[in-house]
Amino acid sequence: MTEKLHKYFARSSKGDVVLDIVKWVVLALVLLVTLYPFWNVLIVSFNDATDAVRGGIYWWPRKFSLASYTNILQNVEFLDSIKVTVARTLIGTPVSLFVTAALAYVMSRRDFYGGKTLTMIFIFTMYFGGGLVPFYMIIKALGLINNFWVFIIPGALSVYNMILIRSYIDTLPEDLFESARLDGASDLTIFFKIVVPLSKPILMTVALFVAVGQWNSWFDAYLYTSSQSLKPMQAILVEILNQYATGDASKAAVKNATAAQAVTPDSIRMAATIVSSVPIIMVYPFVQKYFVKGMMLGAVKA
Amino acid sequence: MDNATPAPTTQVTHPNKKKNGWKTIVDQRYLWLLAFPAIVCVILFNYAPMSGIYMAFTNYSSSSNGYISDLTHAPFVGLYWFKYFFENDFGLIMRNTLGVSLLSLLFGFPMPIIIAVLLNEVRVGWAKKGIQTASYLPYFISWVVAANLILTMFSANGIINDILQALHITTKEILFFQNGKYFWWILAIANMWKGMGYNAIIYLAAISGIDQEQYEAADIDGATRSQKIRFITLPALKPTIMILLILSIGGILNTGFEQILLLQNSSILNYADVLDTYSYRYGMVNGMYSYGTAVGLFKAVVSFLLVIFANKLSKKYSDAALF
Repeated sequence: MTEKLHKYFARSSKGDVVLDIVKWVVLALVLLVTLYPFWNVLIVSFNDATDAVRGGIYWWPRKFSLASYTNILQNVEFLDSIKVTVARTLIGTPVSLFVTAALAYVMSRRDFYGGKTLTMIFIFTMYFGGGLVPFYMIIKALGLINNFWVFIIPGALSVYNMILIRSYIDTLPEDLFESARLDGASDLTIFFKIVVPLSKPILMTVALFVAVGQWNSWFDAYLYTSSQSLKPMQAILVEILNQYATGDASKAAVKNATAAQAVTPDSIRMAATIVSSVPIIMVYPFVQKYFVKGMMLGAVKA
Repeated sequence: MDNATPAPTTQVTHPNKKKNGWKTIVDQRYLWLLAFPAIVCVILFNYAPMSGIYMAFTNYSSSSNGYISDLTHAPFVGLYWFKYFFENDFGLIMRNTLGVSLLSLLFGFPMPIIIAVLLNEVRVGWAKKGIQTASYLPYFISWVVAANLILTMFSANGIINDILQALHITTKEILFFQNGKYFWWILAIANMWKGMGYNAIIYLAAISGIDQEQYEAADIDGATRSQKIRFITLPALKPTIMILLILSIGGILNTGFEQILLLQNSSILNYADVLDTYSYRYGMVNGMYSYGTAVGLFKAVVSFLLVIFANKLSKKYSDAALF
């Protein structure tokens, strides 16, 4: 160990030693700042609710309790909201992927009649929109208020994702399409039998973008649905959050509360936060490479 | 497309060859079929709402007759709502919008560069990968979860107040969400926290594109690692930094909507209300449809002009452009 240190100092200039110190301090801070909030909420959610009000829980639960979790997992409203979230993710992802990828293929065809104009028409929508109120009126006129399909159809097309897929299709060898065409394959056959299988990497990336977006959405539910049975998990979490935010003024007073309760609004909030984010936290380390790829593709485009 | 015709109807090799329009459209019917769902979507959900631009110049009220009837029967008021906005809340809302967005830029822009440059200096593979993966985490969670974490950290008995008191910076807990002057800073920190790891990817990609021979040549000249960062890595990142900075001009009115809506409360609206939330509250919550739309339209038009300006600037600076 000391030998290693000697070697390190022998080949490092003063500036490099400073650099190494700065590097590890900054990166350790980044790691701490990123992960600690999750850890803090996790341990408090597993702590006895009344005890947690006293504060001072930093690294480990002081008085372990599962009460908050048993409470929310017996809450029918919360359990229903999980179903809505899963349904919108499972249905919304393939629908969006199909609508977006099919357009991407058509837009990638240089010989498509009117393609340039059509591309401009789509791209324009990335930079300009009519606004929230007219959008709401259209949603209402289409009968999508209090309708599950409001989570699926209005957001099905993503022009940004379309551009990602199109730039991937552009890199596929033209000969493949040419020979398929000579064999008499129709454009539909070419899309389903050649383009889709060959574009799997980018389609995976976009599917994950869409799925995470679906899982995390709440504003559409907040705005376009009033029925409790249509609320996804994140929207329930917003309701819990709003109850908490309005009570913040009395926080300091609550600190001295003595009434023994199995759960508090705070402990429910923490447990619900953990339940709704655990699937993402479990899955993202394995899928992040696809996101990185997508980000790089997007960067090349931009 | 049927069998024996030797000449393919779609000639990719001669894309400029003039052809009869209708015949081509019929030949390309399957392409139109594939594009059909997307075309329906863009008409219904992007262009139909643009009819609402007219709403901003009327006094729209909602009735049971439906949207089109309501819109055509709404009395025309010209620039009334725009004048109303400029004479009343424009200054305050603009100040808050720019406050949040400029502070977010100040915090959020340099951080990914710092992370990328320092990560590139980490030679231990698993440590580099581990830190990188962890730093993406905030990007993947919803703003609702993020807002919950932030409210917890900044609450009266949260960790931030505990640290401030332990360091004797304050003696009493600070109620961060009861005093408007903290709001912009909290938002800037929140935006930075959520995006810094993920936004570092673009710089890491740029770094990995640097020619290794430059570093080797510097080694031969006896350059230290700090010198290599200063004279090779950072200059190589300059074009990326410039382009992203220019492009952020286009988004200067974008403070983010969800996070502000989730973190604001009525007692600090004087600092926490930005263009997006103001337009939403008047248009959707208070039922002043035309006024909310007018404010939204103001933002959309200015943003659009800013994007065009940024795009021109970026074209001038390099060949990178959005369109």
